[in-house]
Order: sequence, then structure tokens, then C-alpha cells
Amino acid sequence: MSTHHLNIPISEKSIRSLKVGDTVYLSGVVVTGRDAAHKYMVETFIRSSEVPEDERELYADLKRLLGGGVIYHCGPVVRRLPSAEGEGRWAFVAAGPTTSIREEVYEPEVIEHFGLRGVVGKGGMGANTLRACQEQGAVYFHAVGGAASLIADAVREVAAVHKKEAFGVPEAFWVVRVEDFPVVVTMDSHGRSIHDEVEAASSAALERLVSS
Amino acid sequence: MSDLTQSFVELVRRAATDLPVDVEAALRDARAREDSGSAAEGALGTILENVAIARENATPICQDTGVPIFYVRHPVGRSTQQLRRQMEEAVAQATERSYLRPNAVDAVTGRNSGNNLGEGFPTFHFDEWDSDALQVDLLLKGGGSENVGAQYKLPHTGTGTVSFSAGRDLDGVRKVVLDAVYRAQGKGCAPGVLGVAIGADRGGGYVHAKEQLFRPLGDVNPEPELAELERTLLQEANELDIGPMGFGGQTTLFGVKVGAYHRLPACYFVSIAYNCWALRRSTLRVEGEEVSFR
Repeated sequence: MSTHHLNIPISEKSIRSLKVGDTVYLSGVVVTGRDAAHKYMVETFIRSSEVPEDERELYADLKRLLGGGVIYHCGPVVRRLPSAEGEGRWAFVAAGPTTSIREEVYEPEVIEHFGLRGVVGKGGMGANTLRACQEQGAVYFHAVGGAASLIADAVREVAAVHKKEAFGVPEAFWVVRVEDFPVVVTMDSHGRSIHDEVEAASSAALERLVSS
Repeated sequence: MSDLTQSFVELVRRAATDLPVDVEAALRDARAREDSGSAAEGALGTILENVAIARENATPICQDTGVPIFYVRHPVGRSTQQLRRQMEEAVAQATERSYLRPNAVDAVTGRNSGNNLGEGFPTFHFDEWDSDALQVDLLLKGGGSENVGAQYKLPHTGTGTVSFSAGRDLDGVRKVVLDAVYRAQGKGCAPGVLGVAIGADRGGGYVHAKEQLFRPLGDVNPEPELAELERTLLQEANELDIGPMGFGGQTTLFGVKVGAYHRLPACYFVSIAYNCWALRRSTLRVEGEEVSFR
């Protein structure tokens, strides 16, 4: 287990050097996206024959940000910063991870299509995402569930928000600049998953406790 | 009767941005038990640091501020309709002040109401009691842990990764509760606290299970058999080694509280409310004109 400081975008070489159990401090631009965002990306960009005219600008933005980048499964609490002109920029108030497994049906395609290097969330993901991580050179970073104020402190700037009206605050794409966002690698690009290993060990313990 | 709206806003603020003393102490103890340098110890360290930041800044401990569940005990003759309106107004104001995230989603259209008010949202339970005091207990229960809650009907045959059979007795209860903890893995933001209800109908079981979450972590169940069950479950759940966040480790749960209601002869339900480490409960009491919080 070692500690790394990584800047986003991340190279394949850096990602391949990570092993499960490593602690990583991420810095750079991260995009939040959860249930509605994943469904939208897959249906509108990946599985559709043509990207609709009025969605092309966002598509180009996401391609730029997610290529070599990181998506964060998070539905933040936000507030408007006061400014002289009235309503100013946004700030993150609380921004811990949400449960990732709900995106399992979409994530492998998103990793592949956008060339993601990292997925941040909690609870881990399944076999298909693990395979995509191996093939594409990506990892699953586990943030500490519920550590919302601490992570919001690591968010230094909210650069943009997309689909806020359509998806609501928790489900929108928030483009944020983070500094030293603490995460643990729980699924690496070599096919190892802490989640699978803990589940197997706990299954053996359960067997012992409930047999008879 | 005075308007309690601002006191209810304060109740919500306290629940969302600070952790009860017993919960924070239990998390400190849990950190001390983990191996030095382990991911589990790191996660608990981050959790404790986060709690301190949230308290300092009056920002939510967790961004999923959950569904607000109000348990109200009121004197004879107090208008529950009026109390409900004041609590609803307080929830909307607390959302406006970013103590709460807008969490009420229309189940048909998918639209978020934006202020945490909606059909059946928040949740209220009213009980009249003999005291002249008004007591409002608030639990903010996040979706991640709500999703790993479970209800079993005994007898139960486990047919997942581990097969077992659980009969209609306390040992059967023990088995299905352990199964639920195993199934939850770290997904309910372990280490967690379980509220368990034995008996009742399906709906009443979950309500009673959540009521257990208000019990202080250090209390002892007055029913000796249930006290024994609580001790056994806590110890055995921690033998699963799921650990904080499911990283593996000593503490999977730091509390198990079990209540029992009478049941129908044909039904034997075990209802399990899993709460994440962020057990956000807070209590307001009004005696005369005096308002106090704990």
C-alpha cells in the first residue's frame, strides 16, 4: 500500500502503477455524474446513431473533460456565492460519494467511450466495470462515504454546471476543480477488487456463523 | 401555543451538521481498534476529520441528508396539524439554507420538488402521551443505508452465496440479521448501526426498527433475551470483517438495537433498518415555554 498524488488528466502509465489498497490524492478537474447523467450519456451519446444538434456542445465538453479524466458519483449540496452583480458562482457545501453499483449497467461503456482513467464513488462496482478498467487502463477510486464536508473543502472551484434544470441539483453534471481529494484504489487495472476479496472472506465467516 | 418553526430549523441544523456524542465516541473507539496504516483506519480518520469540519462550518456531515423522519410525542390536545405545518416550513427553510439537500423526487415524473416537501415527504409519526412536554425526535436517514435495509419472513431459507435455514425463534432472527449485514457489505456506509424489529406487520416493523436507532448506543435492552441477542449480533457481525467502507477491518457495526412487537400467529417478520456511520439523530423538547435540544 502506497500513497500517490495524481494530477488530472492522468496517463495510462500512472494508472497502471496503482494497486488496490493505495491511497491517492487527486487534483485537477473532475466531473460529477450519477444516475440521470449516466443514463443520459449512454442513451444520447453512446448508443444513439446521431448526437442531437442541441446536445453537441455538451458532448464536446464532456469528451474533452472525461478523456484521461475522472467521473465522480456524487450528488452535492450546493449554494450560490454572493456577488456584486447578484447571484454569483456556485460553491460545494457537501459532496460525498453516492453508491456506484447503480451505474454498473452504464459504466463500462462510459469508460470506453470517453477514455476515462478513473471512476470515484463508494461501495465498488461489478465484473463488467472491473473488466473495462483492465482493458482501458482505468481504476475505481473509493471515496469515504459520508465525508461530505471534508470533500467539499477539497473542491476549490465550481467551473460549470450542465443539465441542472433537467436533472436537478444532485443529478446534474458539476464540473469542479479539486485539490488533494483523498481516495483509496479498491479496483485496479490488473483485475483485483477489494470488494470481491472482502465479500469472499465475509461469505466464509457467515457460513460458519449460520450453519447448524 | 408559540410558533416552533425556528426551533425546528435548529433541530434540523443540529441533526444535519453535528453527530451525537455517543456516535462520535464510538467512531473514535473504532479507529483505535483498526491496524495502523490500514485503509480501514484511514477511512475512520477521514470520517472523524469530516465530522469536525462539518461542526465547525455548520455544513452537512453527509451530502445525502436523507429523508427527515420526525417522531413526535405531544400532550393531549396539541394540534398535530399545526405542528406538521411548522415542521414542513422548517424543512423548506433548512433546505434553502443548505442544511439539507433537496431530496424529494416525484415518483411518477422524476421531478425533484426542490424543497424537500412532497407527497409523504418528510415522514411524520405522531403519538399522544400523558406528559405536558412536547418531544420531537428527528432522524435524517440517507438513501445508501436505506437501500440495504431488509425485511425477512421466518422461517427463511437462505439461498444466496451462503445457504442456511432460519426458524421462527431468536436464533432464526440472529441468522437473518447476519445475512442482511453480509449482503450490505460496505454499501450502507459501514460501520453502521442496526435497528431491528421483530414482529408487527410489515409496515409497523420498519417504523419500530427505525425507532430503535434513537436508543443511546450504550444502553442495555431491558428485555434480557433481547439484550443477549444484541450483544451476540454485534460481536458476530464484526466477525464478518467487512469493516469501514467495506475495506475489511474490525468494525462492521458499532451498535445493534432490537425491539419486539406482538405479531400475527401466521407472520414472523424481522425488519432491519441499517443506518450508516452518520447516525444523525437529534431531539427537541418543549416544556412550558422552554425549548431544549439534545
